[in-house]
Amino acid sequence: MTPASPEQPWPVWEVFIQPAAGDPHEHAGSVHAVDAEHALQNARDTYARRNEGVSLWVVPAAAITASTPEDMGPFFDPANDKAYRHPQFYKVPKGVKVF
Amino acid sequence: MAPAALFTALCRVGDDRLILGHRTSEWCGHAPILEEDIALANIALDLIGQATLVLQYASAVEGAGRTEDALAYFREAVEFRNAMLCELPRGDFGVTTVRQFLHGVFSVLQWDALSRSVDPTISGIAAKALKESRYHVRHAGEWVIRLGDGTAESHARTQAAVDALWPYTGELFMQPTDEADLVAGGLTADVSLLAPAWQQQVRDVLARATLQVPGDGWMHRGGRDGRHTEHLGHLLAEMQIVARSHPGAQW
Repeated sequence: MTPASPEQPWPVWEVFIQPAAGDPHEHAGSVHAVDAEHALQNARDTYARRNEGVSLWVVPAAAITASTPEDMGPFFDPANDKAYRHPQFYKVPKGVKVF
Repeated sequence: MAPAALFTALCRVGDDRLILGHRTSEWCGHAPILEEDIALANIALDLIGQATLVLQYASAVEGAGRTEDALAYFREAVEFRNAMLCELPRGDFGVTTVRQFLHGVFSVLQWDALSRSVDPTISGIAAKALKESRYHVRHAGEWVIRLGDGTAESHARTQAAVDALWPYTGELFMQPTDEADLVAGGLTADVSLLAPAWQQQVRDVLARATLQVPGDGWMHRGGRDGRHTEHLGHLLAEMQIVARSHPGAQW
């Protein structure tokens, strides 16, 4: 195990917590840890000590590929003018009563 | 059933957690990383919470009007019944971790046994505390493995902690003779029966941590009868000063 130091801190792990069975895991924050089990314990002590959830995931932060601010335009803007991608765009036919 | 015997037996259980909890709380603000600082503070609070429940019941059994706070803050060192392992100074992180592990494994076995007590208050407290103590063992055990099997320095410090603390572990399993009626009545557990399981679990983790198990030589004893090391008085001076300076204070 490599000792932690201000110059060389332990790797960062992102923490995801599931508030209740069936819910999706949501991002809670991050912890420093030497390995997965250590990260799980630190996540438990930092983010799940007040009954916040029923399940934890820890993921090495380095394993996450994130979109960049420059991606915002090409990734997300084109959806703005495509109203037909939303169900509300379509009229419900007469005779359909369940909606 | 003599209430005095049950009171003493409950103090032995409660004082272990109170004194170890206070020692662990000394790390608050001093742990090597923020995450561990939070973890140690949580564990300290769990232990003090366990002590609160046990000493509350001890207070009821005694029936002398001494609350759990009075038992914690207004008893002298000779009235405490904790094992001496719990009162030793916190030392470095290796000492703290090894002690938490050695006592934690004992604690899980003891709570497990007490969860089968015929006394519903004792079994209820034990069932709640058992879950907490299982986590404490997991936390400390993982650290023992990482420190023992870590750098040359962490290995040396952890081995030194095991060697220094080992002679204080025997007391955990010395069954006090004044509890014979309580054990026979199914109220409390015979701690001497917990030793084989403790040995097996501790040896397994120490082996994985590449640490040597010291020989079972002479063991310290006395805490269960109120004979303590010089360290307990200093601990109590700090722990009790606020309550004694402001008797009856509310906050």
